[in-house]
Amino acid sequence: MSHSAQINRRSFVIGTAAAGGLALGLDIPLRRAGVRAQAATPEINAWVVIKPDDSIVVRVVRSEMGQGTVTGLAQLVAEELEADWSKVSTEYPTPGESVRRKRVWGDFSTGGSRGIRSSHEYVRKGGAAARMMLIQAAANEWKVPVSECTAADSTITHAPSGRKTTYGKVAEAAAKLDPPSEVPLKDPKDWKIAGKPLKRLDTADKVTGKQVYGTDLKLPGILNAAIRDCPVQGGKIKSFDAAKAADMKGVKKVVKVGDSGVAVVAQTWWQAKTAVDAIPIEWDVGDKDKVSSETIAAWLKEGLEAPEAFVGNANGDAKTALASAAKKVEAVYSYPYQNHAAMEPMNATALYTPDKCEVWVPTQNGEAAFAATVAASGLSADKCDVHKINLGGGFGRRGAFHDYVTQAVLIAKEMPGTPVKLLWTREEDMTHGRYHPVMQAKLVGGFDKDNNLTALHMRLSGQSILASVFPQNLQQGMDLLTFQGLMRQGQEHAFSYTIDNLLIDHSMRNPHILPGFWRGVNINQNCIFIECFMDELAQSAGQDELEFRRKLLGKHPRNLAVLNAVAERVGWSTPAPSGIYRGLAHLKAFNAYVAAAAEISVERGGNKIKIHRLVAATDPTYAVNPAQIDRQVAGSFVYGLSALFYQECTVKNGAIEQTNFDTYDSMRIAEMPEVESIIMPSGGSEPWGGVGEPTICVAAPAVLNAYFKATGKRIRSFPLKNHKIAMTA
Amino acid sequence: MARLVINGQPHTIEVDPDTPLLWVIREQVGLTGTKYGCGIAQCGACTVHVEGEAVRSCSLPISAAEGKNITTIEGLAEGGTLHKVQKAWIQHDVPQCGYCQAGMIMAVAALLKDKPKPTDADINSTITNICRCGTFQQVRAAIHAAANA
Repeated sequence: MSHSAQINRRSFVIGTAAAGGLALGLDIPLRRAGVRAQAATPEINAWVVIKPDDSIVVRVVRSEMGQGTVTGLAQLVAEELEADWSKVSTEYPTPGESVRRKRVWGDFSTGGSRGIRSSHEYVRKGGAAARMMLIQAAANEWKVPVSECTAADSTITHAPSGRKTTYGKVAEAAAKLDPPSEVPLKDPKDWKIAGKPLKRLDTADKVTGKQVYGTDLKLPGILNAAIRDCPVQGGKIKSFDAAKAADMKGVKKVVKVGDSGVAVVAQTWWQAKTAVDAIPIEWDVGDKDKVSSETIAAWLKEGLEAPEAFVGNANGDAKTALASAAKKVEAVYSYPYQNHAAMEPMNATALYTPDKCEVWVPTQNGEAAFAATVAASGLSADKCDVHKINLGGGFGRRGAFHDYVTQAVLIAKEMPGTPVKLLWTREEDMTHGRYHPVMQAKLVGGFDKDNNLTALHMRLSGQSILASVFPQNLQQGMDLLTFQGLMRQGQEHAFSYTIDNLLIDHSMRNPHILPGFWRGVNINQNCIFIECFMDELAQSAGQDELEFRRKLLGKHPRNLAVLNAVAERVGWSTPAPSGIYRGLAHLKAFNAYVAAAAEISVERGGNKIKIHRLVAATDPTYAVNPAQIDRQVAGSFVYGLSALFYQECTVKNGAIEQTNFDTYDSMRIAEMPEVESIIMPSGGSEPWGGVGEPTICVAAPAVLNAYFKATGKRIRSFPLKNHKIAMTA
Repeated sequence: MARLVINGQPHTIEVDPDTPLLWVIREQVGLTGTKYGCGIAQCGACTVHVEGEAVRSCSLPISAAEGKNITTIEGLAEGGTLHKVQKAWIQHDVPQCGYCQAGMIMAVAALLKDKPKPTDADINSTITNICRCGTFQQVRAAIHAAANA
């Protein structure tokens, strides 16, 4: 779901494609493809197809999982194209076609809040180049200088003669022209389609039940599969008794999947699920059955004091400064495993023959799904393809990991010529996650005799995602991603407080539970750690929490700006109404600057929290669709607060204990606070920031800081249900 | 053998009597707008109307739906005109990924039939569907808009 600038460049078919893919030259979208998409397709370039009826199809390779990226990218292309927005629709090219066309569309990966920010420039150039070619085609037809022609709303006008034509009429001629070599982009100040709060392009079918998700796919002759994989990750099958299922109604085949799973293929999924549940399976889990949440926590706790640790950020000499500090403040925090729990359980449909393997799958990364298909099928890449389907939620589970694709292909290989849809039960989904990693942190702050913060040591101890998922991206063993929000200057996750003596280091401890990129990734815990501890430091020094931060943020005006924005909106400088308590938090993440201010009240001695109001500010440099940003901010708070209050995956005998929403709860509408988002894009030439993830991390510490104000209780382990604290309407 | 009326159409279906209504709707009848989310009546993605009441179809065995009138998301619009809840959903640009929204809309449609002008408290106590994308702010606004339509 996220990566830093240090990701290695790798070929995507080897390995897994998910780490951001290749760095793209800006020439890519303008380069004429070696092979046209379809003989009769009026493709102006890889990004823009215009049909004779003037309808426009914008190609999008980033995946739509609810975040609005497809609409946003189409806005950017349409803006430069000078398109009539009412005629714009979108389509996904397949990864197989991308390979055949020398990867003309670049990176398919949709994670790390990169959908728009890492492709805006080349997709805009795709739209602009198409516009230039369309105008040129009209000028050629009219035999007039191109400089006398203009385009707006899909119409080209030659002002001196008053002639007009439409994009549809000149598209075929335009497609034959060479692309321009110089493609200037509009000043965002002149945007008419981008930057506007337009409605999404993909809503209508979502309210009628017509949208086809992966679970809904129908193909001629399709069969359904259900699976049980070893409940202990990394475990294997010792034995199973297929006979128990073979005679059950509708069952076509019982299949061993790899060395750890048993699947049943049946006429209907309910038959397959019923049958696979009936199969006795003995597992070989090695010594992993000795692992529990308690053993993992104890191991991480040792790491808080371990002499060796990877240094992610440092300046001055924190240890010496702390040793001589006039006063020290210390706290230990811990963060649990969490499952993504997308509403649509993992699924994939595969159709295999010895000559071809096709997969239909909701995926955040078509190319990674393609790589999994190639690997599992054993066929060459030119015999494989993946058809992307819009996702019923992704949140990082469907980006770097395509275990369900591998399983579906392995099952389909046992049924050549028959399409097989594999759908996980919620129980399978909950217990075979790629979990938000566990992390503990010990923070020690040192003050001089005048109550100035002179030193901070933040020791992280816990699981590395990269060590499990992309070990090739470790740097001399260090996982830089662990330090999201805490990194050195110049990084998209740079730490923003200026402290004379700073040490942030990580003792890496990797249990066998598989970690993954979970919306926001490591900012979820890091922002709680640092922003709650900032309040602890301020309170220890007897200073206002906002003023304390401001003093340390002097070198980072954009951080300061978002923090000031939420403080002003929430009325920080004036007393809160009686019974209302406030808290603040902020961070830089995914190149965006975000802050939140919470107003809460508590009942029953602190066992119930009502969140009245959450003010959020975000500066993503540019805002492509403010209405969708509003929704991403509010949605990120639902995801993040569900985690804060309710969600923990505990480990017993090596397996995850929670199997469904009855033990892994999620916020409902009754608990939804009023979210006010302040979108404050600062523009300019700074890199664009992400939207889907950054704000997720500020809600929790803002609420926790308000909770301390309300109760005097500082909560340092999560979720809050473990402290018998719940949200209330 | 089960006999049901789904969206006004009678169906006679040969299926194990323990099969949940959800899977009969999706697999035997072929209407896939109703979604599987949890299978234990927690999330509400499978909500349909049984005799006009919102029911979580994943946990209702088909034997208990015998002879009943069932409405799914595909049958909510009447005569080609979207239901006022669907219209409000479009107007407020409610869905994100959309997977839970059919169930959410069916739950809201049942609420409005029961309480044409629901208060926020009514909404809080009745609409308990899970949405992991977090569309609740738009859902609430759209419910009030539909109620006033």
